[in-house]
Amino acid sequence: MMGNEQEYIELFGQNREIIDSACAALLNSKRQDAFERFKATGFPTRKDEAWRNTPIAKQFGIDYGMNLKRAEADVNAATIFHCDVPNLKSHRVYIVNDSYSQAEGYSRELPQGVILGSLNAIAASHPTLLEKYYNRLAANGDSIAQFNTMFAQDGVVLYVPRNTVVEETIQIVSLIQANVEMLLNRRILVILEENSKANILLCDHSSQEKQSLSTLVTEVFVGTGASLNIYDIEETANSNTRVATMLVDQAADSHFNHCCVTLTNGFTRNSISVALNGRGADTSINGLAIGDKTQHIDNHTLVDHNVADCTSSELYKYILDESSTGVFAGKMHIHPGAQRTVSQQTNRNLCLTTCAHMYAQPQLEIYADDVKCSHGSTVGQLDESALFYMQQRGIPADEARHLLMYAFAGEVIENIDIVPLKERLHILIEKRFRGELGKCKGCNLCK
Amino acid sequence: MKKKNNILKKIANKAYEFGFVSKIKTDIIESGLSEETVRLISQKKNEPEWMLEFRLQAYRHWLTLEMPQWAHLDIPPIDYQAISYYADPLKKNKDNKNKEIDPELMKTFEKLGIPLEERLALSGTAVDAVMDSVSVKTTFKEELKEKGIIFSSMGEAIQEHPELVRQYLGTVVNYRDNFFAALNTAVFSDGSFVYIPKGVRCPRELSTYFRINAANTGQFERTLIIADDDSYVSYLEGCTAPMRDENQLHAAIVEIVVNENAEVKYSTVQNWYPGDAEGKGGVYNFVTKRGDCRGNNSKLSWTQVETGSAITWKYPSCILRGDNSQGEFYSVALTNNYQQADTGTKMIHLGKNTKSTIISKGISAGKSQNSYRGLVRVSKNADNARNYSQCDSLLLGDKCGAHTFPYMDIHNNSAIVEHEATTSKISEDQLFYCNQRGIGTEEAIGLIVNGYAREVLNKLPMEFAVEAQKLLSVSLEGAVG
Repeated sequence: MMGNEQEYIELFGQNREIIDSACAALLNSKRQDAFERFKATGFPTRKDEAWRNTPIAKQFGIDYGMNLKRAEADVNAATIFHCDVPNLKSHRVYIVNDSYSQAEGYSRELPQGVILGSLNAIAASHPTLLEKYYNRLAANGDSIAQFNTMFAQDGVVLYVPRNTVVEETIQIVSLIQANVEMLLNRRILVILEENSKANILLCDHSSQEKQSLSTLVTEVFVGTGASLNIYDIEETANSNTRVATMLVDQAADSHFNHCCVTLTNGFTRNSISVALNGRGADTSINGLAIGDKTQHIDNHTLVDHNVADCTSSELYKYILDESSTGVFAGKMHIHPGAQRTVSQQTNRNLCLTTCAHMYAQPQLEIYADDVKCSHGSTVGQLDESALFYMQQRGIPADEARHLLMYAFAGEVIENIDIVPLKERLHILIEKRFRGELGKCKGCNLCK
Repeated sequence: MKKKNNILKKIANKAYEFGFVSKIKTDIIESGLSEETVRLISQKKNEPEWMLEFRLQAYRHWLTLEMPQWAHLDIPPIDYQAISYYADPLKKNKDNKNKEIDPELMKTFEKLGIPLEERLALSGTAVDAVMDSVSVKTTFKEELKEKGIIFSSMGEAIQEHPELVRQYLGTVVNYRDNFFAALNTAVFSDGSFVYIPKGVRCPRELSTYFRINAANTGQFERTLIIADDDSYVSYLEGCTAPMRDENQLHAAIVEIVVNENAEVKYSTVQNWYPGDAEGKGGVYNFVTKRGDCRGNNSKLSWTQVETGSAITWKYPSCILRGDNSQGEFYSVALTNNYQQADTGTKMIHLGKNTKSTIISKGISAGKSQNSYRGLVRVSKNADNARNYSQCDSLLLGDKCGAHTFPYMDIHNNSAIVEHEATTSKISEDQLFYCNQRGIGTEEAIGLIVNGYAREVLNKLPMEFAVEAQKLLSVSLEGAVG
């Protein structure tokens, strides 16, 4: 172990009481174990296979501030955030920096029994409920997940009881708004009981000119027969580093659909790990990354087929411009006995300049024979003949390029079930290609 | 299902044909590895000073290294001090100090189907036969010499063509490359040396046959092939070892230099002893094979059929340095019982308009683990690079594993890189169809597997293809379900 971890180990040791004093007992009870694990491994280095192309330890090297004393940010989230999705009926909650925020105005009535709110508050008011779930998956996560458990003080909980359908989308908006270099640790816990249903939209925004680093651990439990969609859209700034870990536990006959779109960012690592633990479970994880400047986008996926008769599909696409870097590593792990698994993974990447870098690593690890597994990965450019064809018909070269890129990205967006969100993303992506993103009227964040 | 499992087992249990031990008087040095050992090997081979220095440098570097752990293999700890690093089956002739071939040794190679007498070599292939640490005999040398082709053992080449060896040795695989490359450079004992001069098309297939015979020894051979401008050579490599309860280490290096407009075709049928059905014994095959396509329009093609070895760890690679150079990799890797394989290739695109093709077919049976691991790297200046990779895995039985770990590092936007992989088992439909037409299940499986591997087998020289096809069915016998 070497590098920056020592500083954080000391910081944690010295401020343990301050961290604990602001938090519910449940959150505090998990810190020691996480601390021990983190101490043992430290930050991942480039020698760790999973971090080969994403030098993360360096990102923790900046002298960040951490809001351990829980000083309230002097912002009203609802007034600064305007990039909402037109026509989308949603329950909206905010995480400002790393605190749950009570911004009013967008909450609608939730079905009976559904709990949505601050992790810290609900851990205090419903300890027996959360006890079963909090940190259950993250306890075996990587060292960044342990780091998050050590420092996390708040976040969001969504609990949907059995046989309950939450019709309206639950939108969790994360905002980073501070005048200093900040390190934030956020936590989201999603529990869907039997035969329940929900849609979640995670929006990650930052206007920060100062450097910021956010770790986010999302633990998701999808009960028997339950169905969950999570859409995760990142529109942060070049000064932002995001290390997000999503850990999903799926029971029998459950359905999970995830789509992760990175539109603007600085340095991003998204890990998603889905464990299919019940027969008949189905998972679909998708991602779109659009990079330019020196953006770094890393998507790491793992699907564990632990039992028989599950299906999984994956589609990740990257469009890399200027000096951006894309990393994709996706593993499908078919455990012994997971017969009749059907699993498919596709990764397609467009490199637009000579300075763009793409590292792709699709992987299969298979220990059962009656399976149908495949993966495909390509790196290439826009089809010359298609460009020529369009120009021949009077479409300017630039426009033709945009159209092709738009179509390329469109395949991922098509997997989104919420129509207004799909439309909104189409517009955002088109704007992104034209370099017009960040010009929304009246939005303080976008300026 | 049960019946099929029985057939599977039967296929898997077919005995290893080449497991006999030859009683040959062999000069084996004491086991253990130290600077002294390295000096002793160098002395035994009567090497010049620079060669000893070359070895010592590597040995000292090796001491600083640890065995890498990244492969998807479960390797029991290896005691490098328990291995003997030199075994010489040739006895010395008192009169002229020339080595003479033991008739028993001739018999051994005949038994293996490798005719050392040229009159017997109807196949027309020139053979360099290596047993344990020493090259036993190289056939057709004179005929090749007329064309200016040098085909000899490495030991001989160091004596007779030191300038060539010195110019090329270690330039493709540096001793710092990896743990086993350092070890091999320190203690390598023999191997083949091939030099094809400018404009010459080698009239015969060149072939090296490796045999481990002595117990408790490792084999560390080194092969160097240089194809000068506008030349062509097809090179074959085969290997077997006796059945022994302990594991034997084989850590070889193959270096290939391909100059302008030259083409090298390198084919391997690897059939080291794979261990018994309980996973006892077998050869550890940790090999570094790499070719450097230095010249423009050069071409290197690797074809391998991997059926033996308890553990295989090798990645025959191509460095596509010259513009318009081409690299190919065709592989069938079959694992059965407790065999493990982590094999694949690296295609490093450096020149412009370079092309590479990877076709890998994995077949796992029994309780074996079979991994494909491959890297395609397109560097910044490698404009218009093109790669196509296809990795298929076939699973026979529910106790084995098939894994695919491709890496694609792309730093040039004009590259087109494609990778696809599939994993499945032999479908009931295919078997049913064959059964329906009166083909027994076992035969049907043999047929389907051979059809599955055909794309690769077709790339092998004819005699090898027949042998490889047989080998596939033999290695599989009793494995299908």
